[in-house]
Amino acid sequence: MDLHRHLDDELSSLRDRVLLLGGEAEQALERAMYALTERDSEVAREVLDHDDQVDHLEVEIDRQCIDIMALRQPAARDLRFVISVAKMAPVLERIADHACNIARTAIDLNNEPELKSVLDLSRMAEHALKMLRAALDAFTSNDAVTARQVIESDTEINDLYNHTFHRLIELMVTEPATATRDARLLFVAKHLERIGDYVTDICELTVYMAEAAFIKHSN
Amino acid sequence: MPVQTEPPKIQIRDRRPLRGADEAGTAKKVAVRDLNFFYGRVQALHNISIEIPERIVMAFIGPSGCGKSTFLRTLNRMNDVIPGTRVAGQVLIDDHDIYAPGTDVVELRRRVGMVFQKSNPFPKSIFDNVAYGLRINRVTSSSSELAGRVEQALKDAALWSEVKDRLKTSALSLSGGQQQRLCIARALAIRPEVLLMDEPASALDPIATSKIEELIFDLKKQYTIVIVTHNMQQAARVSDTTAFFLLGKLIEVNSTEKMFTAPNEKLTEDYITGRFG
Repeated sequence: MDLHRHLDDELSSLRDRVLLLGGEAEQALERAMYALTERDSEVAREVLDHDDQVDHLEVEIDRQCIDIMALRQPAARDLRFVISVAKMAPVLERIADHACNIARTAIDLNNEPELKSVLDLSRMAEHALKMLRAALDAFTSNDAVTARQVIESDTEINDLYNHTFHRLIELMVTEPATATRDARLLFVAKHLERIGDYVTDICELTVYMAEAAFIKHSN
Repeated sequence: MPVQTEPPKIQIRDRRPLRGADEAGTAKKVAVRDLNFFYGRVQALHNISIEIPERIVMAFIGPSGCGKSTFLRTLNRMNDVIPGTRVAGQVLIDDHDIYAPGTDVVELRRRVGMVFQKSNPFPKSIFDNVAYGLRINRVTSSSSELAGRVEQALKDAALWSEVKDRLKTSALSLSGGQQQRLCIARALAIRPEVLLMDEPASALDPIATSKIEELIFDLKKQYTIVIVTHNMQQAARVSDTTAFFLLGKLIEVNSTEKMFTAPNEKLTEDYITGRFG
């Protein structure tokens, strides 16, 4: 019996599951933003309904990591991979949670008159999605260089957040009638900014996995 | 609560429990330089250079036939008893070359004790097994001193509580794990400085293995320990430093943490992750 091949198979299955979770998080964000910008509450509700499956997947990944640690006792690059995955899964799940929060906001706002300022958030969301996709690609290919580039690009989403924040505050002052709804959008902007931070966490774990380097909090 | 006029100062609050003064030493105990070893014409070790600091546990790992046990035995000249063997290079213990002419090999083996894979108690009583080395080396001057040293060695080997009421019974009546700890007590009785262990737990069940590992952990406060093991998890559990051997060559020496999380050499990584060959 080739025990090493079994370990390889298990690691490969674990990788597939994380990528599945990553895909779920990406889709949740994409659909939540669609629900917000296209005022489609049905899609928003689908995002919320689907979140149980995302949570379930995270638990499965947790269990699989524990099983591999207990039964296979991985070392070196295998250990770094399993540790990274174990830490990455809850981060991806949280990204999906933020997407759910955006979906809830969409349902609330879709019952109100349309706000043009919603469009400002699209750029942030596009950037967050671009970062998430690149982070998952870097993880798949064990690519620390790309992971570092994604981390660098988080400043762009922070800049977009600051810009959006000031614009929404300005709108709240100039158009007090929409202030409550603008405040909701401010939360959406914050969710997107946090997603950027989570993607940074994913990339830091990829750098650890690839190079055994701890870069978290290095700035 | 009184009103504070100044903000609380940031200060380090160290909540860790106080530690004993048992930190590992940093001074080197053993230094090996360009060691080559031959079984007849076959070269088993190639240019091994390594330093072993005092009061640490160093594990030697590697596949069967890689030379780790051969190398271990060069550290107290146990290979001398094998006909046709030859050594080139230096093994320095406290800066003294143990292969230098005139070295007292008996004294060397007193300072560098050894525990083997298979426990090998003498067909004598438990007491006599531990007292054996003390008697032939005439270490003690009275029977009470001898009894004290035997008791201490058995305590150091974590065996005293299990055998104190039957010291006169045959050592062969002990379980495998107890026999191995008895052999460790026998080695400790003459108070060596370095303890070499050649797969000391490979024939033991998990509970007996765990006792040996706990013992190794405790013993490093006083001794420099070098252990050969095939069990990589055991190396990870008990050692501070790990050396990886392959085909008679020393591939990498590193802290055990580094070795098992991010080794420097690809060969080490392949071996540790089970992808060797």
